[in-house]
Amino acid sequence: MKFTATLMATTALTAAASMASAQEMADSMTIVSWGGAYQDSQKKAYAEPYKEANPGLSISWDESSNEAVAKLRAQNEADNITWDLVDVVGADAMRLCDEGLAMEIDHDEFLAQGDDGSMASDDFGETIVSDCFIPQIVYSITFGYRTDMVPEGTEPPSKLCDVFDLETYPGKRSLEKRPINNMEWALMCDGVANEDVYDTLATPEGQQQALDKLATIKDSVVWWSAGADTPQLLADGEVFIGSTYNGRLFSVIEEQKQPVAMLWDGQVYDFDGWIIPTGLSEERLARVKDFVKTTTDTQHLADQAKYISYGPARASSAPLVGKHADLGIDMAPHMPTDPANAGNVLQPNFVFWADYRDDIDTKFQAWLAQ
Amino acid sequence: MSDTATNAPVLAADGTPLKRSLSRALRVQKMRALALIAPLLIFVLISFILPIGDMLFRSVENQIVENTLPYTVDELAKWDGASDDLPPEPVFRDMYFDLFLAAEMKRHTRLGSRLNYESSGMSSLFRQAGRKLDDPGDDAQAALEEVDPIWGERETYYQLFNAADGAAVDDALLAAQEKRIRSLADEKPVGEMNFAPSAEVSGLLPLAARVYTSFAVITGLVENKVVAKTKPMESLYLALLQDVTRPDFKADLAAYNGPHKEALTALANAPLLAPNYTEIFTDVDKEWANVETWRIIQTHSGPYTSGYFLNAIDMQKTPEGAAVQPENKRVLIQLFIRTIIMSLTIMGACILLGYPIAWLLSNLPMRTANLLMMLVLLPFWTSLLVRTSAWKVMLQQNGVVNDVLVWIGLVADNDRLVLINNQIGTITAMTHILLPFMILPMYSVMQTINPSYLRAAKSLGATNWTAFWRVYFPQSIPGIGAGSILVFILSIGYYITPEIVGGTKGVFISNRIAYHISSSLNWGLAAALGTILLVVVLALYWCYDKIVGIDNVKLG
Repeated sequence: MKFTATLMATTALTAAASMASAQEMADSMTIVSWGGAYQDSQKKAYAEPYKEANPGLSISWDESSNEAVAKLRAQNEADNITWDLVDVVGADAMRLCDEGLAMEIDHDEFLAQGDDGSMASDDFGETIVSDCFIPQIVYSITFGYRTDMVPEGTEPPSKLCDVFDLETYPGKRSLEKRPINNMEWALMCDGVANEDVYDTLATPEGQQQALDKLATIKDSVVWWSAGADTPQLLADGEVFIGSTYNGRLFSVIEEQKQPVAMLWDGQVYDFDGWIIPTGLSEERLARVKDFVKTTTDTQHLADQAKYISYGPARASSAPLVGKHADLGIDMAPHMPTDPANAGNVLQPNFVFWADYRDDIDTKFQAWLAQ
Repeated sequence: MSDTATNAPVLAADGTPLKRSLSRALRVQKMRALALIAPLLIFVLISFILPIGDMLFRSVENQIVENTLPYTVDELAKWDGASDDLPPEPVFRDMYFDLFLAAEMKRHTRLGSRLNYESSGMSSLFRQAGRKLDDPGDDAQAALEEVDPIWGERETYYQLFNAADGAAVDDALLAAQEKRIRSLADEKPVGEMNFAPSAEVSGLLPLAARVYTSFAVITGLVENKVVAKTKPMESLYLALLQDVTRPDFKADLAAYNGPHKEALTALANAPLLAPNYTEIFTDVDKEWANVETWRIIQTHSGPYTSGYFLNAIDMQKTPEGAAVQPENKRVLIQLFIRTIIMSLTIMGACILLGYPIAWLLSNLPMRTANLLMMLVLLPFWTSLLVRTSAWKVMLQQNGVVNDVLVWIGLVADNDRLVLINNQIGTITAMTHILLPFMILPMYSVMQTINPSYLRAAKSLGATNWTAFWRVYFPQSIPGIGAGSILVFILSIGYYITPEIVGGTKGVFISNRIAYHISSSLNWGLAAALGTILLVVVLALYWCYDKIVGIDNVKLG
């Protein structure tokens, strides 16, 4: 009798407590992402299941991630934060954290444990590039080439340095119009070991060495600034080989069936994930916390890979990656983290780029304008 | 008689002097006119003039250094930056306490980003320091606790520094720390302050009292917690260690009658060592022992700076004054010149292409002219991005233009023309996009030219060319002027078209401004570039006014 009473009291208390916490959460949130196929994959894998579990919540989407840093800064200066959760790349997360625009979080407290029982900080591992960053995916910047433009009697390109080999593989290349990745690739193909790349790049001589290497193909390069450029240039046959995000190449190859193939060698990993802006009200923060904790667990992260070929950021999610939702093909071989693709990978150094970005970018632009 | 008549004021019907009555009527009229334009005026002021003013201000504003490191900046001003010696110990000491507080308020990384624009590496130097400054504080606390365990309890510090009822309060210290924390805080602090520094202790332990007061302001005002029950920040222990090891401490302590006198006496008699701040910083990162680091902080410590403007014209601010950037970093002046030359080229192309069309439009019968007008206006109703992307399809190497040229045999298949991702691409696309802005003012001016002038000229024996050149053309100049100003000013600030079709050689200065606004977040430099662009446009407008005369510009 006494036991039952205690039990009932406890149940009532727990119910009251959970009611109270549910009431404290805001019933609408604004999520910022990149638009396109990527945002759709987030809607399907995260937002829709979450909304089913939380009826009455309305989620609006804003496609401003490519200018999130500047806009968040402006919102912060105007003291009017309208965004609740923002999807950014690792480098931007670091910058937002430095500027005090993103909230620092304790990953083990904020995020669910892995399915295998590992702590969140271990499960996410080195994808946590900043104290403010809640990783979702691992993507890579790598090369795709036109299979029908490979010179006859030549093996198709298999090494990163084939990009710099104009004799064997003539034709135009497309590279991003900024120094990040290009400088690293140039050094890797100029005899610098992967682990020494950033030490070399920190010196003026190393920067010049990278620019000199890039100068050997400068006349054959089309410089891109939007992620869609290289897929379009490849599809139109404007370039033979070009760098872009691996998910874009997946869609050119598997969805549009263009004569294009991947060159995984020398891919540079990058991470994409959430940041929570500073200065949210308590109810909004409670809602965001709940959303993030739910949708970044092992299963949700693995689910996203059904819709787009980016690898989940949690180690525990990798075994759960299944088939593409529409095409029905196995997604694991298309992940940048798949062992078959991850032979020669460069781990980007975000701290380095946070320090040297302005300096090297100025030199790079001056070099481009020559 | 007549004198008095002229000197007496002329009176209006109601007896008031006519002059006053008139001016009153005029004033009412003026007020009414002002009231009518007030909505627009206020709108323009708020949405246009103020933001531009704010932007111009950003190009010289540099208060972040002084706000974040106030004591360091004062102390560093005494150091001779030209010497090869490191700044003296007090600079490192103030840097420790300033930086600790900044890290507590999460402002140190922001300062790091600001200084990183001047020298690569500052960003991580500050980020790292913010993380590692706790450790020396913990060591200091251990040393204090060893003398007396009472120094491990947070209440001890509250009792020591808080002014008891009736005791004198150090108002100046409290006000100074409050002001400082408010300038560092992002949001307006709303918490309750439940602490007041005792004047007696702040005389005895100046540094520790300052640190504790700033801690109390953060805890009370910003975080809204109870000061007495919160663990003080680690820098307090180091500050206390600093105060009790100062030479005059024992003498001052003899005259002290406040709380915890015994515990303080124990500290005074214990063999404690004053902290070595230079060593603390050198342990965090050896770059703090680099004179160059301190020179940069000193050079950029003023509340206003010419640094952004110098950067905008490929120069840099150094301790020795303005200096030219190394050759491999000079790009902006080149971009300014390119922007102006290409804008003039686009303007010229628009005049050449637009003039015949405008002439045709104004001389054809109404029906045909209206149809043609639609064709001119059609691009206006199409998205800018669509038009620019269409040029991409037209001009690329496997594009329509090249395919046609290859097909008719003018160009070899393996030697196709490069028409995009260079200056040709930008000029072609932008001429097309801006052409209506040239045609419309020209057309409206040409419509007003009376055709009988031309007939009169011809009947007086002028050839077609003379009649056109001597009679028609001079009358159409106001239209060319108006169109040219429109096209030039629009194109000098163009951004999206050069970004898409300009490649590397066809981009404008505005692309660089956009980069600094949205990618590098160097808003000061972006503001300086924008200001220069604005001044260039105004200067060219002034030249135009002097040469052609702005009265000659007609939009219709």
